[in-house]
Amino acid sequence: MARTSNKREFLVLALAVLVGLVLLPCLNAYTPADSSFHISTFTLSVYGKYLCYAVLAMGVNLLWGYTGLLSLGQCLFFALGGYAFGMHLMLLIGKLGQYKADIPDFMVFLEFAKKYPATGGLPPHWVPFKNLWFSLAAVVVVPAVVAAIFGWLAFRSRIKGVYFSILSQALTYAATLMFFRNDFTFGGNNGLTDFKVILGHGVNEPVTKRVLYILSGVLLLLVYLFCRWLASTKFGLIQQAIRDSENRVLFSGYSTAHFKLLVFVLAAVISGLGGALYVPQAGIINPSEMGPDKSLEAVVWCAVGGRGVLVGPILGAIGCNALKSYATHAYAEQWPYILGILFIFVTLFMPKGIVGLPGQLTGLKRKWLRRTAAADLESKRADKVVTP
Amino acid sequence: MNQPAKQFILTIEGVTKSFDGFKAINDLNFYMDEGELRVIIGPNGAGKSTMLDLITGRTRPDRGKVEFGRDTDLTALNEYQINRLGIGRKFQTPSVYVDHTVYNNILLSLEGSRSVWSTLFSRTTSEQRDRIQEVAKTIGLADRLEAKAGFLSHGQKQWLEIGMLLAQNPRLLLVDEPAAGMSDEETAKTGELLMSLAGKHSIIVIEHDMVFVRQIARTVTVLHQGSILCEGTVDEVQANERVIQVYLGRKKRGDTP
Repeated sequence: MARTSNKREFLVLALAVLVGLVLLPCLNAYTPADSSFHISTFTLSVYGKYLCYAVLAMGVNLLWGYTGLLSLGQCLFFALGGYAFGMHLMLLIGKLGQYKADIPDFMVFLEFAKKYPATGGLPPHWVPFKNLWFSLAAVVVVPAVVAAIFGWLAFRSRIKGVYFSILSQALTYAATLMFFRNDFTFGGNNGLTDFKVILGHGVNEPVTKRVLYILSGVLLLLVYLFCRWLASTKFGLIQQAIRDSENRVLFSGYSTAHFKLLVFVLAAVISGLGGALYVPQAGIINPSEMGPDKSLEAVVWCAVGGRGVLVGPILGAIGCNALKSYATHAYAEQWPYILGILFIFVTLFMPKGIVGLPGQLTGLKRKWLRRTAAADLESKRADKVVTP
Repeated sequence: MNQPAKQFILTIEGVTKSFDGFKAINDLNFYMDEGELRVIIGPNGAGKSTMLDLITGRTRPDRGKVEFGRDTDLTALNEYQINRLGIGRKFQTPSVYVDHTVYNNILLSLEGSRSVWSTLFSRTTSEQRDRIQEVAKTIGLADRLEAKAGFLSHGQKQWLEIGMLLAQNPRLLLVDEPAAGMSDEETAKTGELLMSLAGKHSIIVIEHDMVFVRQIARTVTVLHQGSILCEGTVDEVQANERVIQVYLGRKKRGDTP
């Protein structure tokens, strides 16, 4: 049985890769714009953002679905990864900005030249981000370090359950407030935006958008395969054991704090990578991206798709965001209510999310068949009583 | 009774632990030989579970010493470090990994490295597989290896948890009310299981059910208000005036002699 389900998983995966990573970009690149098969660069870029959200949701699922740690601050790491890469993109703008200065526009506007005269207005910690490789390393290292510090403090003090959730939310809220401040040197309210070039190509060129989309897809695939591998190891078993009976794990000689810490750091890195690819496609990163409401949304995607299952967060993130794109056009005002009702509905009636739906339906069908069979039997009996 | 020169597996001396002024454990002295099966009884609130908490590092004593083997001070260690020394604990309510199979439940409990890295890259060896079979056989779950633990009956979960302790091959087993909620037949089977393990392991069993105590006990320790009231065979204990006064006389359970 395991083998057939493996085969099926492989087929679905291959199909998804074929459609997502080959077909869609080809339809964008090689069909004429007036063809009904054509996918506009704008649409492809929107899909690319969904894929990045799906990566974020994989991080949430690794924590919540597999380890029972409900983090309500996962967008912090998404945004940190985004900021790290966004800083590099800001420095690539150079003289193409409004002020035609060497430093990003907001630094000119905020008169950073007076504050940091030695570097021509560029805050010292921005300087290394001129280097692409440093920035890429920061995309991984910054979320990892923040997660390691927070996780170490929280897990060492045995903060669990709802207390952990509240603290993670407080952390991301505190970070939002900090990033809102202009003197925190990350563009304050407006964040980082108006990117012009990336690796020598214009950020809005179709080919750039296409490559970013493909990279997002590849990242999602790699994260999926990584999580799949992780779940197959003894580490993965222990993760789920912590979720179901942490005391038993602790009293079996495992230092649960170390396991949780590693999971927390891994989830932060995954989310950060998603954020880094999101920023050039969205064209902006600002503090609202790490707000508590965004992190809650990521939790909803996970619940809707099905937590504790690998494909759950992918389906949830893409599905919910597609719905959001539609709803914010059609019913902009009501969107938060729609999202809230969706979450309540899923929690109450679909505990396993979209992934669990087929199982639920067959269960219902079986129940219904049994009931009709019983009713048939009853009516036959009633017939017999009547006939004599 | 107390001969300090002798080699004890567990030494508890002068231990006191209070919670908000209430002395759960009061100047407790307890000694246990290697390979012994000891049953601890006592009325509710006598400090039985607190005593296990003190041994396993869940709480720390206010004063006194808790030593394992020759001279390992347990009061300075935490739960997983104490477990790694070879002290396994079964909780009152069965705590198994409900979403894992019986096989994986035992696999996670097998002795061996507990480091994060080893769990990422180790593979299950054929010896480990044999050992899982062996443990499953001992606890009577050899034909349920692929079943999810959540689907087992209450009694089977209790046995699985005992099996998970056995897989660790501990020197000292602490078993908190193993027969709670079991049928008479299951209780008898649990008793046989524990008795077959004595000698190979040192075992402390906390129990309420006097029929069960009678079945397995060689030495019984009666705990009352956080210290030891008396120690001896079941008959001696049940004949003891003070025990009858504070415990058996007040709440009769099961059969009395």
